[in-house]
Amino acid sequence: MSSSVRRQALTANLLSRMPLWREADARARRLALGQADEASDAVQLAQDYRLLAHDLARVRTLLPATRTREYLEGAYARAHVTLHRGAWRADRALISLFRDELPAVVRWLLPYIFWCTAIFILTVVAGYVLVHEYPELIGLFASPELIATVERGQLWTEGLLNVVPSSVLSVQILTNNIVVTLFAYCAGILFGLGTLYILGLNGLMLGAVFAFVAQHGLARQLFSFIVAHGCVELSVMCLSGAAGAALGEALVRPGPGGRSESFRIAALRSGKLLSACALLLVGAGLIEGYVSPNPHFSLATRVVIGVGYWLFMLALLSGRLFPRRHTVS
Amino acid sequence: MSAQLPELTVDSVTGIDVSLPVAGAGARAYAFLIDWVIRLILALAWYSVATVVYNGDLSLAPPPETDARWFAAVAAPALAIYFLYHLVLETVMRGRTPGKRMAGVSIISRDGSAPGVGALLTRNVFRLIDSLPLFYGIGLIAVMMTHEHRRIGDLAAGTLLVYDAPASAASASAANPAHVRDDAVGAELVSELLERWPLLTSQARCQLAIQLLVRHGLRTEALRGADEAALHSQLERLMASSAARSA
Repeated sequence: MSSSVRRQALTANLLSRMPLWREADARARRLALGQADEASDAVQLAQDYRLLAHDLARVRTLLPATRTREYLEGAYARAHVTLHRGAWRADRALISLFRDELPAVVRWLLPYIFWCTAIFILTVVAGYVLVHEYPELIGLFASPELIATVERGQLWTEGLLNVVPSSVLSVQILTNNIVVTLFAYCAGILFGLGTLYILGLNGLMLGAVFAFVAQHGLARQLFSFIVAHGCVELSVMCLSGAAGAALGEALVRPGPGGRSESFRIAALRSGKLLSACALLLVGAGLIEGYVSPNPHFSLATRVVIGVGYWLFMLALLSGRLFPRRHTVS
Repeated sequence: MSAQLPELTVDSVTGIDVSLPVAGAGARAYAFLIDWVIRLILALAWYSVATVVYNGDLSLAPPPETDARWFAAVAAPALAIYFLYHLVLETVMRGRTPGKRMAGVSIISRDGSAPGVGALLTRNVFRLIDSLPLFYGIGLIAVMMTHEHRRIGDLAAGTLLVYDAPASAASASAANPAHVRDDAVGAELVSELLERWPLLTSQARCQLAIQLLVRHGLRTEALRGADEAALHSQLERLMASSAARSA
């Protein structure tokens, strides 16, 4: 018997299976769109996947460069993607993120957190010393309006709530802070230099403004304004800086998988920290909108709120907020 | 045919690779534009309706002084719709948005599975960089420069944008699926047996040939006593008739 006849028979039989492919493809589409809830459909998809794989292997040999192959490649790919989609439950994913993944990321980032915090503190000190020694340099770090207000013996934060309601202020502040934090992280793609720039610039500005208001006898008022929200806000700045620095190091010193793979791994790992950072900044924004500009809160209350929220942040990042239940065997 | 497109090839447990055609800058831009129009319309719709309800008349003007209630009920939700559209919909729709669906593309991980929430979050965070300096300039350059057409967010999240396969195909015969499956499998088995015929022992040839011929409707009694050559010719006739039926 000639091989061409055999080939013809096989091809004919293969093509006659197209209704099965269509059934399988339709089932995969329904499951992908969440339109099929029956367990039998999901079980059948596993069989469909094997059927499509088998037939695709034949079609690749017998009918290369045809629309049939194109169709079957697509149906097989769709079945593959649907089958490998995996179950996902939001509640479990969130608990796993905050209980297991986040503490692991923080442990991995500890050296980066240490160095970024050190750089931030150094730049704060540098900014303070710079403006303390050369007061005219404040023009580099603060707007003319802010300088004029402080020179009148007032803080720009006084009477803030008369201009903007607390809720609006909170949303404006937390949005701005989240964007700055995300930028500090993303700027790590410039081999870490972008992150260091944002971290250093913020540190210099904070130190410079503190030195400037101290020269006008307003340091206590500024500290009183900052302490409630600043403990967490500045810590989050250092955390996002650490995540960005990890990205930078992955690009500067890639692992055995290459630069792209190292970057991907570092981004996926450190990116988890940003979800916690964003949540913490929402809280810090609310404090900055409702507590910090409100003159009715005493300094002691502000310190308690600031330190308390900072301890909450530590508990969140160390996974102690969601301890594992120990089972006795 | 998708052969000219770069393809992502994924290993499968079946041993047959999965080929996924990667979407380029055009498909990305098309999907993004559709999504942009949708989220703009949604955000403006919310703003308009909420402002009309808030003001109590048909005026769409915001209050003259910043008002906390107006901000919470009108401005903040509209901004949230506009800026969180991609993140929320991609998470809920497992790597798709209405725009991507209309453009026939979807986001997948490098192993062909749907991306996780962490990957989608990372991908969207890096929009900050991709969208710089204007109109996704960096993202477009990255898409055009990289082999698998990936923007920075995709590189960070380990994701790709791939085409959904075309739904249409060559016409198919309306055969009964249950019979079709048996017929085709049987034909393949016959073909394989004929291919391996010289490698098998005499006993194995006879045993397998009888099993297959019985499967195709011949009676066991009729085959009893048939020698190897007769069984071989029976199998060849079976293949020939199958080819003739389909011709």
